[in-house]
Amino acid sequence: MERIPVLRMGSLLLITIQVDMHDKLALQLQDDVTERISDWGSTGVLIDISSLEIVDSFIGRMLANIAGMSRVLGAETVVVGMQPAVAITLVELGMSLAGVRTALSVEAGMELLYGNAISGSENERTEA
Amino acid sequence: MSVQKREVLPVKTSNDVVLARQKVRQWAVELRFTLVDQTKLVTAASELARNALDHGKGGTMTVETLVNGTRSGLRMIFEDQGPGIANVEDALKDGFTTGSGMGLGLGGSKRLVNDFSIETEVGKGTRITAVRWR
Amino acid sequence: MNDLAEIISQNEDKLRSEWIRTMSSAVERADLMSKSELDEQCGSILKELVGGVKTSGPENIAGAGWNGARELLSSISASRARQGFSPSDIATFVLSLKQPLFVLIREKMAKSPDAMFDMLLSATQMLDSLALVTTEASISAREELIMRQQQELLELSTPVVKLWDGILALPIIGTLDSARTQVVMESLLQAVVATNSRYAIIDITGVPTVDTLVAQHLLKTITAARLMGAECIISGVRPQIAQTIVHLGINLEDVITKAKLSDAFALALQRSGRTVVKIGSASAANPLSGLFSKREE
Repeated sequence: MERIPVLRMGSLLLITIQVDMHDKLALQLQDDVTERISDWGSTGVLIDISSLEIVDSFIGRMLANIAGMSRVLGAETVVVGMQPAVAITLVELGMSLAGVRTALSVEAGMELLYGNAISGSENERTEA
Repeated sequence: MSVQKREVLPVKTSNDVVLARQKVRQWAVELRFTLVDQTKLVTAASELARNALDHGKGGTMTVETLVNGTRSGLRMIFEDQGPGIANVEDALKDGFTTGSGMGLGLGGSKRLVNDFSIETEVGKGTRITAVRWR
Repeated sequence: MNDLAEIISQNEDKLRSEWIRTMSSAVERADLMSKSELDEQCGSILKELVGGVKTSGPENIAGAGWNGARELLSSISASRARQGFSPSDIATFVLSLKQPLFVLIREKMAKSPDAMFDMLLSATQMLDSLALVTTEASISAREELIMRQQQELLELSTPVVKLWDGILALPIIGTLDSARTQVVMESLLQAVVATNSRYAIIDITGVPTVDTLVAQHLLKTITAARLMGAECIISGVRPQIAQTIVHLGINLEDVITKAKLSDAFALALQRSGRTVVKIGSASAANPLSGLFSKREE
């Protein structure tokens, strides 16, 4: 069946979500990511959601799940490219996606992942 | 207030949820809602459709375009013959966290629209009506 | 009342020119519309009138046969309202058809005074109702214009300024209610994407009071920006505001706040890995130069 492709770039996994996902596709992605991290020993996962016009609580949980599961397997996850309308809606919905690191672009996301060991946690709660 | 257009869609499979989203998006664009409002409507539709599917064991979504004087609006009605909601107040509380928790997504959906109402009876079913005005 | 429909359609040209003549003497803003445009509009309306009378009768303006006429009149009224005609002018546009129409009816129905009276009554009711349609439409058009201007005003009053590469500033002047917050959030987030800015400084020097609601609005904006991958710093926190925040027990633990915009800017620079260095040969000769350059970082 159709799946969202998981690409490998060195120690990173790159996922671009472009379709209007139905639930099974989302669950399949979760499985695929964890398997690939295991197979390839990836240390970073970059999920590009710049084409997603909707992120509801299910997709939100999926992203949080992927971040959580990857972390347990030794990989950090960054979600990039969230559209403003989506961010505004998620806040209204009540989802803050705590525990999921985010960045404005693929470049910024990769910087976070590659510079991971040094700069530490960026988007999670920063001290004043 | 009058209903200009009306359509009923089944919500029986997870693909139906996708179709429901697309239908609401299409109608919201036609009514010329702003992008943010469109996103809120479609997200609410997704939450409520999924709710009807997962908790209500499947049902229908009715979309209607409304006209009230100079205002236009989009109304979505989700109906199912499922177990109903025992405690509506609890259901409306923000039950979910990002990682786990059941959370019916109802409290969140309520915030995404202007008018929101729940009619439910344990053992009989649930009807949730959500309206966003332009 | 097919007779009425016939009377109108058979004498359309004459009716139209008389109507335009009556209208021009009644309405002063004749300069706003060209003669041919007016001619065309009147012709279309008369045709719709005939259709309406034939299908639904002259007294039932709400009927389906009148849909075309109502729509046409509504759109003409809206465009005239936008052009600057007053609601009275626009109503007069319709009402000035009465005189030529009544003259025509009297002429054609001279032989049967009772039938003539009935027809005059129907015709006047019809034109009165249609005039009201135009009034409703012109008022709605004005209301829409006002709403649009209010929206523009909201947007204009929250400019987003680029302080540096990747650092934006959003000075908020005035109260922050939920409508304004929506606009602020949208402008800010769109600017964040457009300029690829990791840091956004929200300056609230110009916000008179910060209560729990305002704080909630600010927090929503900050959370939304964070979700996208940008950090917000609040600056311009006045001493009274700081006191209010503490007294109200507002939790700003997760938010970076600074009293001055310059401090916020310095922090953003630092966080984005930048420093400000003074250039100049004088510094080499100055025994205290080491001290100065350190302070500027």
